[in-house]
Amino acid sequence: MTNRKWGDLEIEIVIGALLRTGVILAASVVLLGAIIYLAHYGLDPVNYSAFHGDPAFLRSLTGIVRGAVHLDGRAIIQFGLLLLIATPVARVAFSAVAFAIERDYLYVWITLFVLAVLLYSLFGYH
Amino acid sequence: MNLLEFSTLVALGSLLAGFLGALTGLGGGVVIVPMLTLLFHVDIRYAIGASLVSVIATSSGAAAAYVREGYSNIRIGMFLETATTVGAIAGAAIALHVSGNAIAIVFGLVLLYSAFLSSRTRVEQGEHLPPTKLANRLRLNGSYPTASGVQSYNVRGVPAGYSLMFGAGVLSGLLGIGSGAVKVVAMDQAMKIPFKVSTTTSNFMIGVTAAASAGLYLHRGYISPGVAMPVMLGVLMGSLIGARVLVKAKVKVLRYVFAAVILVLGFEMIFNGATGRL
Repeated sequence: MTNRKWGDLEIEIVIGALLRTGVILAASVVLLGAIIYLAHYGLDPVNYSAFHGDPAFLRSLTGIVRGAVHLDGRAIIQFGLLLLIATPVARVAFSAVAFAIERDYLYVWITLFVLAVLLYSLFGYH
Repeated sequence: MNLLEFSTLVALGSLLAGFLGALTGLGGGVVIVPMLTLLFHVDIRYAIGASLVSVIATSSGAAAAYVREGYSNIRIGMFLETATTVGAIAGAAIALHVSGNAIAIVFGLVLLYSAFLSSRTRVEQGEHLPPTKLANRLRLNGSYPTASGVQSYNVRGVPAGYSLMFGAGVLSGLLGIGSGAVKVVAMDQAMKIPFKVSTTTSNFMIGVTAAASAGLYLHRGYISPGVAMPVMLGVLMGSLIGARVLVKAKVKVLRYVFAAVILVLGFEMIFNGATGRL
């Protein structure tokens, strides 16, 4: 028994393009942030041997966006990392749509479950 | 060390890790945490956050290249992701409540296991096995292109494979790694999925699994831009170069060398964790 249809391959090609675009975009944003961050603080001493956690504004979506708008290097890097984390999430969301088009409702539900877990991790109350 | 020096050195180390990881197929993520903690004295929580980010980058980058070939099975991947993502969140939650030294010991054990696995050759399990009821209902059976035409396969051991995948997810969330080794074992041995399908499907799943714990880590302040930035850019660049220069003849020796490095790092992590040095 086989379930690979023409539709599956086409969907995978779109998914491939989506993943590639997400990674390139995220890496470009991180690189931009890195340049700004290093230009400002490149000669400052660093020490990551003790854990303090990131400052609060780098831990929430609104804080990161606000910092990035003000061209804060670290916030721009963090925004790029968020784009990277969002890439597989977008992949899952697209898969749900694709399964719906194929009328494979079992897999629409399975995919929506995975999407819910991912969204809980990103936006859930912590 | 100033920020510029730190970023440059970490980026170069990550580039090498990503390069060797792609070339040997062992993945670069597994050496990032030992490199950051043992060599650069970065706190293990920052190291795990940075590693997790690099895992998403390499998985998505590689999956983009794989999907065109038609080997990966999106239904197997999505079904098993229900186990790995929940496991990853559980793993990340555990990580918030145990000490860095305990995490280092578990990390070391996983490194030893990975080194052991890579020293063995994978043996393709029997093909043309009858389908199981559960695999039929979940529509997991599929086919993939080979030199001699399209080859179909049936999926076995769904409950065992599913449980192993949950474990792989926990490890991924706890240690910030892709757990590719565990995923492939679950699909090869428990579910009897052909290598080409299990390898590419596993790679496809790694990014989604890592994204599930990355959100939690970000909110907890574990993903530090200063550490994650050079790691992500370095590993991504290294794995892209590695995928391009894949010279088959020399990979075998390189694989043993890299496995030996992983073995040594495993002992180092256990020693440092057990003596409370991290």
